[in-house]
Amino acid sequence: MSVLEIIAYPDERLKRESDPVTVFDEKLSSYIADLEQTMRAGPGGVGIAAPQTGHFQRIVIVDVSGRKETPNHGPLVLINPEITAWEGMKTGREGCMSVPDFTGNVIRAERIHLKAQNQQGEWQEYDMQGFEARAVQHEVDHLNGILFLDRLVSRRHDLFKRKVYQDRDN
Amino acid sequence: MSHWYMLTVIGKDRRGIVAGLTHALFEAGCHLGEATMMRLGGNFTIMLMVETEARKKALEDMIEPVTESMDLSWHLDQIEGHLHQHHLPDVCITVSGADRPGIVAQVTGALAEAGLEITDLESDVAGSEDQPVYIMQIEGVATEGIEALRSALNVATVSTIDVTVTPIDTLIG
Ligand SMILES: [Zn+2]
Repeated sequence: MSVLEIIAYPDERLKRESDPVTVFDEKLSSYIADLEQTMRAGPGGVGIAAPQTGHFQRIVIVDVSGRKETPNHGPLVLINPEITAWEGMKTGREGCMSVPDFTGNVIRAERIHLKAQNQQGEWQEYDMQGFEARAVQHEVDHLNGILFLDRLVSRRHDLFKRKVYQDRDN
Repeated sequence: MSHWYMLTVIGKDRRGIVAGLTHALFEAGCHLGEATMMRLGGNFTIMLMVETEARKKALEDMIEPVTESMDLSWHLDQIEGHLHQHHLPDVCITVSGADRPGIVAQVTGALAEAGLEITDLESDVAGSEDQPVYIMQIEGVATEGIEALRSALNVATVSTIDVTVTPIDTLIG
């Protein structure tokens, strides 16, 4: 296993759309092991997408299981992921291993329904919410050549939105 | 050898201030760093990091005509400037309520005492002339934890102020 190099913005390759995975073999597993190690090597990284390493296949890894009080499905390898339903909206702070030293607010769906293949090529379905759903939306964007920079909203004007959400959560 | 300066500019708001000023700085070979630029009470305000190899006097001589032409007052300080030194805020505090003297001092005093290092503070007076409403949004690093901030605010604030303390969970992906 090895830690792969992360492509950093403004590298044009981050805007490239990735291709579906069609072959589920040893080579794929070995790449995924490297990808996971790369994610774990980054400080605080809870997700990574293959194109961030210059590998343009529809593969992401998400793992928010290390966080307190965060509903999650454990460490997930999601191949050819497709979000099929979105519900609710919430502003949250995001950063990206491909955009060092910058964080900003992004609006994401609060709950999503997702289908994806696992490393054996079997389709799985997930209902996700909160931080895990946000992580998946961030990573799936990478597969489509979209960065969180493309979705930034103002820090200043989310005050009341934020308050409404909080009241609802309580 | 280049130096960083902090350029502060204030004046009655009008169209073209940012474009005019940054064009002049660019033409003079300056490199721009972090900045905040904002309309405050009908004035336009700028705090801008400027890096240049020119001497302070040369920079001042360049700024003078462009600010003069737009009726802006300005100030220039040489600073110890560094980019890529952001602190990641982990908490957001919003304060709102009827505007009254001392609200900022009271809240920020309690927060400082409880370990908050402010990275960003913005405040506004909204509402109307008759019923002004004060709204403040603070982001910072809770060096002694978020609970410490909550308890400090419980003690310090009165019931007419609404205070919300929300963790900022930054997703890195
Ligand atoms: Zn990312």
